[in-house]
Amino acid sequence: MFKVLWLQSGGCGGCSMSLLCADTADFPAMLRHGGIELLWHPSLSLASGEELMTLLDDCLAGRIALDALCIEGALLRGPNGSGRFHVMAGTGVPMISWVRRLAGVARHVVAVGSCAAWGGISAAGANATEACGLQYEDERKGGLLGAGFVARGGLPVINVAGCPTHPGWVVDTLMALAAGTLRAEDLDALQRPRFYADQLVHHGCTRNEYYEFKASAEKPSDLGCMMEHMGCKGTQAHADCNSRPWNGEGSCTRGGYACISCTEPGFQDPGHAFHMTPKLAGIPIGLPTDMPKAWFVALASLSKSATPKRVKLNATADHVVVTPAIRRTRLK
Amino acid sequence: MTTRLIVGPFNRVEGDLEVRLTVEDGRVAQAHVNAPMYRGFEPMLGGRDPQDALVFVPRICGICSVSQSVAAARALADLAQVAPPPNGAHTINLMLACENLADHLTHFYLFFMPDFARPVYAARPWHATVVERMAAMSGSHARAAIAARQRWFTILGTLGGKWPHTQSVGPGGSSRAIDASERLRLLAKLREFRAFLEDTTFGAPLDEVAALASEAELDAWHARDPQRGDLRLFLSLSADLGLRTLGPGPGRYLSYGAYRDAAGGHALAPGLWDAQAGALLPLDLGAISEDATHAWLNRSETRPRHPAVGQTEPDADKPGAYTWNKAPRLAGQVVETGALARQMVAGQALLRDVAGRHGASVHSRVLARLIELACVVPWMEAWLLALRPGEPFHAAFTVPAEGRAVGLTEAARGALGHWLAVHGGRIANYQIVAPTSWNFSPRDAAGTPGALEAALVGIEVAPGDKSPVAVQHVVRSFDPCMVCTVH
Repeated sequence: MFKVLWLQSGGCGGCSMSLLCADTADFPAMLRHGGIELLWHPSLSLASGEELMTLLDDCLAGRIALDALCIEGALLRGPNGSGRFHVMAGTGVPMISWVRRLAGVARHVVAVGSCAAWGGISAAGANATEACGLQYEDERKGGLLGAGFVARGGLPVINVAGCPTHPGWVVDTLMALAAGTLRAEDLDALQRPRFYADQLVHHGCTRNEYYEFKASAEKPSDLGCMMEHMGCKGTQAHADCNSRPWNGEGSCTRGGYACISCTEPGFQDPGHAFHMTPKLAGIPIGLPTDMPKAWFVALASLSKSATPKRVKLNATADHVVVTPAIRRTRLK
Repeated sequence: MTTRLIVGPFNRVEGDLEVRLTVEDGRVAQAHVNAPMYRGFEPMLGGRDPQDALVFVPRICGICSVSQSVAAARALADLAQVAPPPNGAHTINLMLACENLADHLTHFYLFFMPDFARPVYAARPWHATVVERMAAMSGSHARAAIAARQRWFTILGTLGGKWPHTQSVGPGGSSRAIDASERLRLLAKLREFRAFLEDTTFGAPLDEVAALASEAELDAWHARDPQRGDLRLFLSLSADLGLRTLGPGPGRYLSYGAYRDAAGGHALAPGLWDAQAGALLPLDLGAISEDATHAWLNRSETRPRHPAVGQTEPDADKPGAYTWNKAPRLAGQVVETGALARQMVAGQALLRDVAGRHGASVHSRVLARLIELACVVPWMEAWLLALRPGEPFHAAFTVPAEGRAVGLTEAARGALGHWLAVHGGRIANYQIVAPTSWNFSPRDAAGTPGALEAALVGIEVAPGDKSPVAVQHVVRSFDPCMVCTVH
């Protein structure tokens, strides 16, 4: 079995709560069938206190071969590099020390969520807690373990970024690691698994027709595209949220609010209010990934003038007020 | 003989927790509760656009995420003087209830019950059944509960896009309008969850459980079929282990009121239930204060502050401090909050009777969550049926550049309040008092211990036992959320 140890530090525990929403009729069986054994997980294991201490000692001494160390939450280095903003209960030792030591014996090290990957929300603003990710501090390589860190299995830290992470991203990553099929080339330039990070949130967005015609939402609950006014970054954010929905049939854009690009380093401090799109001369500053600005401007102006009345009216309503015309499908 | 024990890390408490016990003559004489992490959300919010709170605060907590969103949305609504239209109010109540009930389910099956599968109880008559049903990661009912929870949260997938960390909850209501066919699918999911509760958790119709009005009725219901359903299994082991009186509370129960309708009324009323006086007192928000004497915070502070003017300045070297949590007090007194408090304040007959006889305890806290599961699912069905597809879910609003506001709600774990000050269009101060801040508070300046600290006093500790299981039961009976506490 592929042995996984899961620890939490500077975060909300939401990636664990999200993990429990994995799409399966029997969560423990799904892990077991994937060859995965949870040595310990903060929400799921019986072991507490002394029992956990023994397990950590066994991992560090090599009595238990640790296949994957999963860290959820940012690493809190403060105050003044001491790590005292999170001293692991019952041990008197800062969590960053535990993580450094355990990362040294683990075959793979997995950052679960954007806090563990980059610092994330925990590192927002002045970052008083000196929060960072395992191998990144925002987009700068380094973090707690250092730019050169390579786990014993040969891979750098695997960044399953997201706030929270999609349960499928975590399960797929662990199953691929357990099967020995996750290679260095399966990670993108930010060390995220490419199976989800090579896509954009825009792909599969149910508001695509509004996007095509730049028929924009103006207020919460409007059906239109949220890129122009509402701060949506789905055309730039790397993730498959709209082709692999959340909690059944959901996603941020399907929930009526903007993608805030939570899989990307530094998303917590975008330099503008989250709910509004920053613009320069009426043009959004953040253009769709890979799209030249001149073409965006040209296409936007063309598509706006070509917007069907139906799309235009529905864009600023919370339900369909004009239905699509019914066309005969057969040739005459 | 006096010995000192440091118990931790606790798990199944949503975050990290350490408890220091002073044991004298085989019993806990003193307990000190340490929330051993600092996160700093309050200073982090300073200087930001007020609506950025809707992105940040759900991320305080991965398990009370919607509750945090609702508190922030209500603070912003208070500031903007806007109220959600009926559809918006119903949708927000549905989302809150979905999260709160999922938390109750998670607490019972994954956090609380697994401790009774420990080998220390191997000789007890109910042990084999608990192992079969609720052992961590293997119990048949625990696994079924995870599956039921997964299905249940697809309700939030539709209503809020995802869970945790939705941004569909705002001051004007919900950003996601529900149409008639979606409502049908949501109703089907509610009924599916109701079936799980009736088959597995209660072994009885929800109405039958919700109608139990006294301890005598509960006992008779239990005696009829003591192994049927997991509530009765809990009642069996609770009676055997004396959980009815284990882990007493302060006798003052705080609730901010749950499930607010569009007209401002609550399905579960707000207030303070004073058990000693046997009286329901009005909620006096002005009497709330936070005392940082024993927190690694606010060294320069000489007296407790109201959260509207509260501050949060970390100081890891502060003398006399032992936790990152402040000590909230109501009129200077310790209170307990949570499902039991919420139901005591609302006047739920069974819980008033049970806690009236034995006080707050492991037994009554756990019972209150299960009763809430039985009561709230039917309300959710009614809220869904009350939606008017085609009518608005959201009202337009403008957040003013200046002002002070408060946003209150009940999270699964109890009273959650956000106090907001805005100046020049930016957040000037943001203070959060979370449910576990109350329950797991440290001592205050007068040396009065917090609710858990007091509840642990008197517990028997066998010689050599480094992790007394009764301590685990009492700690987990509060369903602590440490990540909220250390916001």
